Amino acid sequence: MSTFRMPSLGADMEAGRLVEWLKKPGETVTRGDIIAVVETQKGAIEVECFQPGTLGRLLVDPGATVPVGTAMATIEDGQEEAEPATAPAPKREPAMAEAEAAPALVAPPPPRTAPGRAIASPAARRLAAERGVDLSALTGTGPGGAIISTDVEQSARAAPAQRPAREPGRVDPAAMRQAIAAAMARSKREIPHYYLSATIDASRAVAWLDAFNADRPAADRLLMTLVLGKAVALALRKHPMLNGHYGADGFAQADHVHLGMAIALRGGGLTAPALHDADARSLPDLMARFRDLVSRARAGTLRSSEMSDATVTVSSLGERGVDTLMPIITPPQVAIIGFGAVLRRPWVAEDGRTLEVRPVVTASLAADHRVSDGHRGALFLRDLDTLLQDPEALT
Amino acid sequence: MTTTAATDLKAAVLDELRALTPETDPADIPEDADIREALDFDSMDVLNFVTGLSKRLGVDIPERDVPDVLTVAGAIAYLTKKTK
Repeated sequence: MSTFRMPSLGADMEAGRLVEWLKKPGETVTRGDIIAVVETQKGAIEVECFQPGTLGRLLVDPGATVPVGTAMATIEDGQEEAEPATAPAPKREPAMAEAEAAPALVAPPPPRTAPGRAIASPAARRLAAERGVDLSALTGTGPGGAIISTDVEQSARAAPAQRPAREPGRVDPAAMRQAIAAAMARSKREIPHYYLSATIDASRAVAWLDAFNADRPAADRLLMTLVLGKAVALALRKHPMLNGHYGADGFAQADHVHLGMAIALRGGGLTAPALHDADARSLPDLMARFRDLVSRARAGTLRSSEMSDATVTVSSLGERGVDTLMPIITPPQVAIIGFGAVLRRPWVAEDGRTLEVRPVVTASLAADHRVSDGHRGALFLRDLDTLLQDPEALT
Repeated sequence: MTTTAATDLKAAVLDELRALTPETDPADIPEDADIREALDFDSMDVLNFVTGLSKRLGVDIPERDVPDVLTVAGAIAYLTKKTK
């Protein structure tokens, strides 16, 4: 038996509200099945299950808000039951009562406090009193397991006393802004960014794309964003230090390129769901997937893997007339590539003497200096340029 | 191809726009307004709009003609010619 848990669906997500279960106990689940809808600050997300088996007990009721990592259901998979928890899971809310008894694949931390009295800093106690948080329900992250103010704040945010019901699929702009603010503030606080940019001759890419689209029905056409994205994905194969996640144990290089494609949402805000295996797919395949991704991002029906799998982000603001952008890395990723508009500009031709008007695009790289240096970033941009000079090879 | 009345074409254009902008009624924007500005359309929206019109009306809208359908009035005029 294994446990299906509340996934982390983005940087700084602390909790999610279960909107509904899409599978019933006793139903077979296969890898990738969507089994629940969870509402986050970035909207309703369809949550996939990657543990095949039979859905067992449902441990969380629809409407309940639970922290990331909370056991939500059991999956009967024919495996031996994991070691039972060495301590009861933290008490959260009535809907979670059954969850506390559920075995967990990963045992929660051992109890750090004597029964009946939590070890907490004075500041945490004051804050808990103000916010109405039960200290005995918290697991401390301070010295010796003491509860500190941050633990109380996180708990208060994770389980607001009264939360108005919202229609699934609709994004709350205020919550979206809060989520973006949290992720970007964390990025700027923790990640030492370095920035590089290069202006690239886009004449070959533009000519190739125009020819590709000229005789094709609208349904089969490509967008320049995808051409640029595919070039990024291929360039990253040579520069794995820009592709992966930075966590508690340092940088973990990804063995695939899942492009987070920045998508502006109507009414404000943005999301950057993953376009999986972008380096290995054809441009038409990527385009079909990107079309679907944009449509579902705006309809509020993205899936959990799309929200959490991106290994690098691509952001393009060229359509709004921007010529250069200096993007902010999305934690835990370590790089983001920005593209400005494809603009017609004077360009010195290959002979070094002739001035021509050519379409050019400025590519910007923001990367994490804990993982790579400017030299590496410069090589990446050079390779990106090289790839865009042979667009046929990108298909 | 059968002739499609201008009113039907307008309804088709607005329906396709509406499908992409559930928050805004495209009937409220001036017919000569660029949909990229008036409805905050990006290139994906434009492509989806063109794809929707093509499928719905059975007309081919080549890439070179896309600038002709970027306003409601322009789209109606263009489609009127194409469906004659």
